[in-house]
Amino acid sequence: MQWETVIGLEIHTQLATKSKIFSGASTAYGAEPNTQACIVDLGFPGVLPVLNESAVDMALKFGVAVDAEIASRSVFARKNYFYPDLPKGYQISQFELPIVGKGSLTIDLEDGSRKVIGITRAHLEEDAGKSLHEDFHGMSGIDLNRTGTPLLEIVSEPDMRSIKEAVAYARRIHQLVVYLGICDGNMQEGSFRIDANLSIRPFGQEAFGTRTELKNINSFRFMERALNFERERQIDLIEGGGKVVQETRLYDADRDETRSMRSKEEANDYRYFPDPDLLPVEITDQRLQSAKQGMPELPDQKRQRFESAYSLSQADALMLTQSRQQADFFENVVASGGDAKMAANWVTAELAGALNKAGLELSQSPVTAERLGGLLTRIADNTISGKLAKQVFEAMWNGEGDADEVIQAKGLKQITDSAQIESIIDEIIAANPKQVEQFRAGKEKLLGFFVGQVMKQTQGKANPGQVNQILLGKLRA
Amino acid sequence: MHDQSIVELGAALRAGEFSSVELTRHFMQRVERLDGDLNALITTTPEQALVEAGSADQAIKKGQAGALTGIPIVQKDIFCTRGVKTSCGSKMLDNFVSPYDATVVERLRQAGVVCLGKANMDEFAMGSSNETSFYGPVRNPWDRERVPGGSSGGSAAAVAARLAVAATGTDTGGSIRQPAALCGITGLKPTYGRVSRFGMIAFASSLDQAGPMTRSAEDAALLLQAMAGFDPRDSTCANETVPDYSSTLRDSLEGLKIGLPREYFGEGLDPAVAASIQAAIHLYERLGARVIDISLPNAGLAVPTYYVVAPAECSSNLSRFDGVRFGYRCEEPKDLEDLYKRSRGEGFGAEVKRRIMIGTYALSAGYYDAYYLKAQQTRHLISDDFKQAFEQVDVIMGPTTPTTAFGLGEKMDDPVTMYLNDIYTIAANLAGLPGISLPAEPVNGLPVGLQIIGNYFTEAKILNVAHRFQQETEWHELTPDLNKQS
Repeated sequence: MQWETVIGLEIHTQLATKSKIFSGASTAYGAEPNTQACIVDLGFPGVLPVLNESAVDMALKFGVAVDAEIASRSVFARKNYFYPDLPKGYQISQFELPIVGKGSLTIDLEDGSRKVIGITRAHLEEDAGKSLHEDFHGMSGIDLNRTGTPLLEIVSEPDMRSIKEAVAYARRIHQLVVYLGICDGNMQEGSFRIDANLSIRPFGQEAFGTRTELKNINSFRFMERALNFERERQIDLIEGGGKVVQETRLYDADRDETRSMRSKEEANDYRYFPDPDLLPVEITDQRLQSAKQGMPELPDQKRQRFESAYSLSQADALMLTQSRQQADFFENVVASGGDAKMAANWVTAELAGALNKAGLELSQSPVTAERLGGLLTRIADNTISGKLAKQVFEAMWNGEGDADEVIQAKGLKQITDSAQIESIIDEIIAANPKQVEQFRAGKEKLLGFFVGQVMKQTQGKANPGQVNQILLGKLRA
Repeated sequence: MHDQSIVELGAALRAGEFSSVELTRHFMQRVERLDGDLNALITTTPEQALVEAGSADQAIKKGQAGALTGIPIVQKDIFCTRGVKTSCGSKMLDNFVSPYDATVVERLRQAGVVCLGKANMDEFAMGSSNETSFYGPVRNPWDRERVPGGSSGGSAAAVAARLAVAATGTDTGGSIRQPAALCGITGLKPTYGRVSRFGMIAFASSLDQAGPMTRSAEDAALLLQAMAGFDPRDSTCANETVPDYSSTLRDSLEGLKIGLPREYFGEGLDPAVAASIQAAIHLYERLGARVIDISLPNAGLAVPTYYVVAPAECSSNLSRFDGVRFGYRCEEPKDLEDLYKRSRGEGFGAEVKRRIMIGTYALSAGYYDAYYLKAQQTRHLISDDFKQAFEQVDVIMGPTTPTTAFGLGEKMDDPVTMYLNDIYTIAANLAGLPGISLPAEPVNGLPVGLQIIGNYFTEAKILNVAHRFQQETEWHELTPDLNKQS
């Protein structure tokens, strides 16, 4: 039997606000446990939540970016359940009336085609704390620093029909929220967490199969592995005569498997009801307009602009706009004098390769955009050859200064003085009469030999174009 | 000294007739002597009180005294007070010392009051007789075999017995007005949102409102002045200007339109209480007011609506008391579930548990529409009744309670009968309207409360209406004979 996969995703993005969604405590990551939780986060008797308006603004930006319906009135609701890292015994979330309604996002598939994925809703909520079950000898540690960090939970329609589509969609959402500046996108720190609902059905069948929900996916690589594992598990189950049980499953990256967390029957009754401590969020037309005006350039717009303004190929433009950071880096290289096409190559190939090898992020690059621009300028104005440019780049990477300093220090400046090149060529012709004779007899392949001799003599600094031209002139004479 | 009002005591303090330290010591001695029997206070803070009185005296000397500077009061133990046990009347919080001050506490402190201690109350403000307190029942100073009402029973008894000049209270379904009525004092529940709820331990967030409990409307105006106003820490607190409540107290009532809802004078109302209320209304007519019969057709829905909305909210509000971070924790829990079950099972009293269970049920999947959602709809109907009524009248009057104070233990076995004691007060909470209870003519030596409900943010008007009555009557001046053996 041929099985079709159906996937929908729920993505929790931590919003990049300075303070928490309902308190003034800092959201910075990595502080000592329980040092960034104030009495409001700790759910002390008598405390009350006050909404951080910048979280609302960030949710609006997302809504505008996915062309969604924005609710003029949305409501915070309490999701009630007991857990030690949930201090109030309820999470403040949005239930019936979320701030962002139906929208959509277009993804690029490997075969170059595009697909529209429906977004059901996106709602604001507060994050819970963390339970630490190791290192406490039979007890659990609770760190409430994360408690109250604003989250935007983005829920998709079950529109994805393959694991590749699901990964492409997740990456696209990731790209978008980072572009919008509303999430730092750091998956290791939990800023971007994916829950996936997956089911299978025979091709051609309209009704959905029973789905399972996979939690705890915190990298795209794991996402692909987790979904693959789960898809195979469901196929084996059904083909073996069994049934998929609706349940929540946890992905264990170490063992590369999913295992049951709780079944539908064990699921909590969250007893949602509107939070009486908070007023409904009213979005005026004016506020929505100002959100629209404050939108940064989105990936698609940027890609189109790169194609037209820099005459880049679609592939280059797509690659460069993969992340806002890379696109900005590229534009800074161009602004510092680099030729656009050359800059695209250097950023996506040479620099990306070096970073990858060193295991560094673009933000940690030892070669700044300005310095890379400086290097490309020297290629363009013939100060150095493209070949030597790689040496200069390496030196710049190792912190030996900017392009001009490296060229100066290493004496790599290209020889473009025709008279100088001519005299070197004359010496070489005089020293190799046999080869000259063979060339003139028709063995023109030997041009390479002469060029090599010139480059050897000049340590590669002679301008290759000039060398060719002068050599040919002299040899054919 | 203790029989004087805030106005009189404030004048005497500023005139140097006695110091705040002397006044504070006087009240501390009364507490010492009388409260063993009444049980109005859970915690006394004598050292802190004397420090505050000392600063008040300094301010008075420097001519920086306000109306409340140096006046000894008690705070209901529902308000968080930094460094002082804040129990909310519960075993659950018997060990809880708040790390911060409620906005009400902070504002009254800034206004210069001296806090003598924390007043007894029904556990988590759930009760109408002060009998659900972990710290034992409060006795009614007028008859110690009777209840003082609740949930602000300790505050009401303390003011009635002159253990403090005034007190703070909170009112979710009548918890200021009902005990004020049963103890013969003046108690004002402001408009929802008039006073910040920050630091006031939540019972039912959409209904809870703090207010003053005093000997007179004039004193209530002074206390409310300090308590009211916008607070950025409470999203439901109104950003409305606070008028000068004292300046309009003496305004004429000529032409005032008083609505008498026929539903508040029907079955269940004690005839003697009804007669006392009728006499009070005749007095208003003599003062130039006009009486209009009105109807609040959905009044009968108030109690059932309340007993869905309030428990639903409380079931969620009280989830934080789980034995994990603060408050009561059971001995040697086996595992997490055992920790939750026993900490909550042992830490909460019967009435609190009853309401948590009712509320949890009302919010459950499959019952939400039939209970919670339906209650929200009937709540709207109740509000609309008032909206229509206030198109015809300026204030609404009636009895605060159907009877005078009942006996201790009399209604503890029958929660529904107990709940019906709040039949006239609950609707104002559901609608968010301000209401005041002030003493009318007593029945058989027991206080009777006249309730005045006003339109939104018309506290100045109802204080004015109450004060004019108190200028003409002496019911609010009566004091219980505390030496009488019951």
